[in-house]
Amino acid sequence: MTDVISVRGLIEASYFLAAILFIFGLKRMSSPTTARTGIVWAGAGMVVATLITFLYPGMQNYGLMTVAIALGGILAWISGKRVAMTDMPQMIALYNGMGGGAAAAIAAVELFGGEDHGMTFGVLAVLGGLIGAVSFSGSLIAFAKLQGLMKSTVRFKGQQVFNLLLLVGTLAVAGYIAVAHAGISIVTVFFVLALILGITMTLPIGGADMPVVISLYNALTGLAVAFEGFVLQNAAMIIAGTVVGAAGSLLTQLMAKAMNRSLANVLFSGFGDTAAAAAG
Amino acid sequence: MIDGFIALYIFMLAAFVGHEVIGRVPVILHTPLMSGSNFVHGIVLVGAMVALGRADTTLELSIGFIGVALAAGNAVGGYVVTERMLEMFKSSKGDKK
Repeated sequence: MTDVISVRGLIEASYFLAAILFIFGLKRMSSPTTARTGIVWAGAGMVVATLITFLYPGMQNYGLMTVAIALGGILAWISGKRVAMTDMPQMIALYNGMGGGAAAAIAAVELFGGEDHGMTFGVLAVLGGLIGAVSFSGSLIAFAKLQGLMKSTVRFKGQQVFNLLLLVGTLAVAGYIAVAHAGISIVTVFFVLALILGITMTLPIGGADMPVVISLYNALTGLAVAFEGFVLQNAAMIIAGTVVGAAGSLLTQLMAKAMNRSLANVLFSGFGDTAAAAAG
Repeated sequence: MIDGFIALYIFMLAAFVGHEVIGRVPVILHTPLMSGSNFVHGIVLVGAMVALGRADTTLELSIGFIGVALAAGNAVGGYVVTERMLEMFKSSKGDKK
């Protein structure tokens, strides 16, 4: 028993250290002279947090876990090293989408698992899942557009009304899942709706505006991670996710402002596409 | 452990930290900082590991596996890309120091 308690303490202490390293790392990254060391600090925090999580009490499936980390890590390492400097924005979109997908996957495991956490946790799990899934599919569309896999911008009449209705519908299903104890089929419908929402939200936005949109999805993924952190009672996820959510929101506004645009303008007008078409 | 108002306080304070920490960031650092914060939310890996570690059914195992792989991609890819970007940064900036 004492053994479990000390392991628990060690884990919490490591998450605390990781949170400090993340915040100092981001702080250093926001100044040109210290920016390079910032990512190293944050990286150290990530290594500490990941390694200590293997000691988490009551876990199994270590083999699968190691294979998954190796698979995702190696593929990302190779793609990140090989990509040309000019293609960086879409790689950020891709990796960000993966983070959003991971947050949605956590929500899915918790919701499919059917453990009743109570109303508050239900709401947070579903919200995190919704935001994570939207960020996942939205980021993949952003990646496809910047990578040149998707040339045309899809728009149809009443698209914004359609998106609004889809959002309301998804929220309704989300609310039902959070309150009632929904089965696997309804949870699946919810995730499918959320993924479609991410796609239809991103499709009408032109390529020139994508960096702002990627920054927005980055902030959303942070928020999703924070929500799932509450569900899993994980302080490192709550703090890192919330910090990214807030920093990302501010950064999104700054980037939109640097383009002399408002965020609403970027999201709802499709102006960037016509401007890009006129320029090129 | 972390619930109710404690959770709300953590959320509020962390949001302020996030806002303050990049308060006056120069325009040239926008993209690297976006990439850096993209790396930081790779901490989702920790949660994905816990979710997979507790999974029982085949469905949970499959989703958990995908979650861990995606999260690892987020963390590793985010780091590699940010580091490359900031490295380029230094070589152009280094002479002035």
